[in-house]
Amino acid sequence: MNLRRLWAVVLKELRQMRRDRVTLAMIVGIPVMQLILFGYAINFTLRNLDAGIADMANTTGSRALVMDILATGVVSPVATVNTPQELMDMLRTGRISIGITIPADFERRRSEGREAVQILVDGSDTAVQNAAQQLARMPLDSAVPSLRAPAASTPPETPIGIVSFYNPERRTAVNIVPGLIGVIMTMTMVLFTAVAIVRERERGNMELLIATPLTRSELMIGKVLPFVGIGFLQTTMILALGIWLFAVPVRGSLLDVYAAAGLLILANLTLGLLISTRAQSQFQAMQMTLFIFLPSILLSGFAFPYAGMPRIAQWIAEILPLTHFLRLIRGVMLRGAALHELWADVAALAVFITVMMSAAILRFHKRLD
Amino acid sequence: MSERAAIRARGLTRRFGTLVAVDRVDLDVPVRHVYGFLGPNGSGKSTTIRMLCGLLTPNAGEIDVLGLTIPAQADALRSRIGYMTQKFSLFEDLSVRENFEFMAAMHNVPRERARRRIDELIEQYRFANMHKQLAGTLSGGQKQRLALACAVIHEPELLFLDEPTSAVDPESRRDFWEKLFDLADTGTTLLVSTHLMDEAERCHRLAILDHGRLVADDTPAVLTGRLQGRTFIVDASDPRRAQRTLAQARGVLGVAQIGHHVRVLTEAADVHDMPGHIHAALAQAGQHAQVTPVPPNLEDVFVAVTRHAQAMEPTA
Repeated sequence: MNLRRLWAVVLKELRQMRRDRVTLAMIVGIPVMQLILFGYAINFTLRNLDAGIADMANTTGSRALVMDILATGVVSPVATVNTPQELMDMLRTGRISIGITIPADFERRRSEGREAVQILVDGSDTAVQNAAQQLARMPLDSAVPSLRAPAASTPPETPIGIVSFYNPERRTAVNIVPGLIGVIMTMTMVLFTAVAIVRERERGNMELLIATPLTRSELMIGKVLPFVGIGFLQTTMILALGIWLFAVPVRGSLLDVYAAAGLLILANLTLGLLISTRAQSQFQAMQMTLFIFLPSILLSGFAFPYAGMPRIAQWIAEILPLTHFLRLIRGVMLRGAALHELWADVAALAVFITVMMSAAILRFHKRLD
Repeated sequence: MSERAAIRARGLTRRFGTLVAVDRVDLDVPVRHVYGFLGPNGSGKSTTIRMLCGLLTPNAGEIDVLGLTIPAQADALRSRIGYMTQKFSLFEDLSVRENFEFMAAMHNVPRERARRRIDELIEQYRFANMHKQLAGTLSGGQKQRLALACAVIHEPELLFLDEPTSAVDPESRRDFWEKLFDLADTGTTLLVSTHLMDEAERCHRLAILDHGRLVADDTPAVLTGRLQGRTFIVDASDPRRAQRTLAQARGVLGVAQIGHHVRVLTEAADVHDMPGHIHAALAQAGQHAQVTPVPPNLEDVFVAVTRHAQAMEPTA
């Protein structure tokens, strides 16, 4: 390993990057855009669902119940109608996602302990269904003291109490932002390195490089190092914005956050290198990146919980670096864990990096054939 | 040959699938020579050069370059050779000076010496007022000059140039060749591939490749000398028709229209009075012409050796 040559490759990469406006824009633009998109737009706890109300009883009790439902903030009324049929029509045309029907015999049903209110839900969206289920569990008694007639015979509302640690307000951003560091890194780092090498092959620079005494590892490591710096820059940007815009907590040590990020950066860069030894064109490199990116988003636990996945999906997830990073970063940032307490995932990432880097160097030949 | 060879290859062969790109080529390139590789596109010039630098592995054959066995000792060879690729392969988004600095580092030229050498090359190759310019914005001739300067930054003993001037105007080309002879003067051996006859003419020694085979290998003077008495200029009233007639005539290897004339290359002189023979062939077709012998050039050599190889093809 000749340090002069290694540094020359790094310097060349940095100079080229400085002159490449598109890449520069991607380095800064993708994290900011993604953070704002995911942080604000994607919200798994729903608010302000459009609702229609058909209160056919129109009694003091029913009006109080409606007021109480609205007070939760989950629904906001857009229409008040007279029959459930009208609600059904509005539901079908998409004007409302939830319909609240209070039958004319509301008071009698309530006194008999029968079903007193019906909530019609647009089941085509499971998130809305979940929200409706929350509504259905509302303690009606608090609104109307004698809502359910024989109060004594009513079982406790929630026989099992849930105590939520770490994110009691159930804010999605708290869960999303640490994961987002990983998603953005998976998206940009793999692509940057894959394209960086393939581009040199396409432009013919590679033939010049392999005819010089530059060694494989000097070239590979020199290519990767500048992007490690960029990865940390992106991590810092997402962290700062996450803390500033969404008040995301960093309960563990900041050093551990960066160490975990460093592991993911290296894992993705080495993966990008391996792709670059395979891809014939920049377009192919991008396609292969997508092939890694989609399973990462879907299976890593970023979008759907790992525990709910079938066994095969879990096995695939264990191979993906993002899965391990998510466990690390959520552990450190949200639960205040130390990195060494999460050693299994650290080890998994280390193995991944070693295997990928060795494979990339072995697969890269200083030959044209 | 009294001087030792810079390159020695025996039975060099390379196949791509079923295509034989280079077919049992033997080469001896003497030191301090400008050695030309002449051949049409696809004749195996680039493939041969790449094998000699150790960038491609031959399917068969032995290569010895600067006393090293290639491809086994290719790594040791890389610091002693310069390679100028056919396509401009320096970094277009780096400046002239940055490209120099990068290539100096690649070849591990000591820092202090690299600085002096870069200043020297910038002066010598006339980049003084554009050393901050991005390489991508240079003209074709300037790019070639930069590529050559970068290829010699570590003062290699042997320089490979793959069609270095194919995209350059004649003025820049002449200038470029002056630089090549300067390098040969200082002791560098140069292997230059080309498909341009005027460039081939300038080489000390020339190898002609056709369909992957070496069909001629000598000095340009010897190669053209062999065709003495076999080349003629025909002045006909209708050169187009004369060309068609002669193309069918017995003993004629090649006919090419040059302006108002027709240039004829004949087979080895088994007919004693060739001008008379051409005359007769044209008269038979009802054409009148004047036939004058002319000295042969490399294009004639090229036509002669490639025709000959094609004639051999079915039996080979």
